[in-house]
Amino acid sequence: MVHQYKLNVYNIVLDSCSGSIHSVDEVAYDIIAMYKEKSPEEIVRELLAKYAHRSDVTEEELYACIADVAALEKAGKLYTPDNFAAMAGTFKERSGDVVKALCLHVAHTCNLNCSYCFASQGKYHGERALMSFDVGKRALDFLIETSGHRTNLEVDFFGGEPLMNWEVVKQLVEYTRTQEEPHHKKFRFTLTTNGMLIDDDVIDFANREMSNVVLSLDGRKEIHDALRVDYAGNGSYDRIVPKFQKLVKARGGKNYYMRGTFTHANSDFTKDLFHMADLGFTELSMEPVVCAPGDSAALTPEDIEIVKRQYELLAVDMLRREKEGKPITFYHYMLDLTGGPCIYKRISGCGSGTEYMAVTPWGDLYPCHQFVGEEKYKLGNIWDGVTNTALREEFRSCNAYARKECDGCWARLYCSGGCAANAYHATGSIKGVYEAGCELFKKRIECAIMMKVAESQEQD
Amino acid sequence: MERIKTLETRDLCQSAKNGGCGECQTACKTSCGVANQKCENKA
Repeated sequence: MVHQYKLNVYNIVLDSCSGSIHSVDEVAYDIIAMYKEKSPEEIVRELLAKYAHRSDVTEEELYACIADVAALEKAGKLYTPDNFAAMAGTFKERSGDVVKALCLHVAHTCNLNCSYCFASQGKYHGERALMSFDVGKRALDFLIETSGHRTNLEVDFFGGEPLMNWEVVKQLVEYTRTQEEPHHKKFRFTLTTNGMLIDDDVIDFANREMSNVVLSLDGRKEIHDALRVDYAGNGSYDRIVPKFQKLVKARGGKNYYMRGTFTHANSDFTKDLFHMADLGFTELSMEPVVCAPGDSAALTPEDIEIVKRQYELLAVDMLRREKEGKPITFYHYMLDLTGGPCIYKRISGCGSGTEYMAVTPWGDLYPCHQFVGEEKYKLGNIWDGVTNTALREEFRSCNAYARKECDGCWARLYCSGGCAANAYHATGSIKGVYEAGCELFKKRIECAIMMKVAESQEQD
Repeated sequence: MERIKTLETRDLCQSAKNGGCGECQTACKTSCGVANQKCENKA
């Protein structure tokens, strides 16, 4: 399957099923579009007429380019057929009941009262609670026991606000470190925080033990403070920004992400990203709000078009910053073309409900943090394991080939079928299609690939 | 003249033969970012 598009000043051809990317001139762009439908003679005749004003477009040149296209097809870099459907599900089947990552909800409470919070101010529609050390320890033992032959295991300390249970977080990390060698495991810890309780102890420990920290900041002060307020209604920007700057500086400016949320109020979110860059933050992630369609924060169809243009603007600006020696990173534009995910990973997706689960303060298991509090999505608990095996099978069958609507979509080996939670919240089914999410995802991938093309041209 | 420049990329068909170890990492917490991951496999 071939996807062709023009962005910035580039003509780009993506061969979805081989992963090949070609940067072409407009003549080759036309030839690739016509190649499967018309004979070489028809292509040459039509393009000689179209480019009659150009001396470089000759019959000989056109036949040479057609031969190049044929060679790329033969080499498996163009028009590669989609033969992966039969593999869909095999990776998850082969993995059995392995679990390799947990989102530990160490605090179902929060010191902020953000109106757009998908977790209902950290309580997940339930009671306020903190995870005890014993529950956390059992969760980590459960992870080790169910991880099979996997070496790399991951734990994200999440909430609510995990720093409201900081002593337990530290104890759990210290316990886990004692378990790595005897079990031949390597743990990667991450911490997601609103920053309110960051102090020197948090900075020292997080920078020693957390392979990544995710810091919640929505950008401009007026945008951030409109939604991210404490229980007295006061904005949090002035209190958290200096703490974030101190933490990031102490980390050497690496292995963190500023994680913002944009809503209907700031569909012009690049201004927020650039504001974060002005504050000295370079590792950035900004995501569309997750909420009910009727919510005042929800993105409208008009917003979606604005956001798509914003993604393009961001990509072009990032190229400019890179040229000027002041690069910033945007999570969704991070593509490793030579060392990215294999086809199994691309088909099977994030692993929610199978190899990735969320643990509540009481030890209940859910497919991921976004399903916590939805009783029908409870998988089991950390003592008995997964008891709702039918639900696990439903998630196991979630993959890039699970939705008929995705047949013929060029992006499905990039989105891997998309986020099950987003699909559920948008359509009521984990196998539904969150169409606005698809639109934004495709635009992000187009921009990310364009940046790679631009960088390769720059190197030539 | 060169009208087509092909970038160096990982061959997905080839990755069917040496992929699937499951060691890669599971920023955003809302939008699936599989495409943004790095392989951590013999690959």
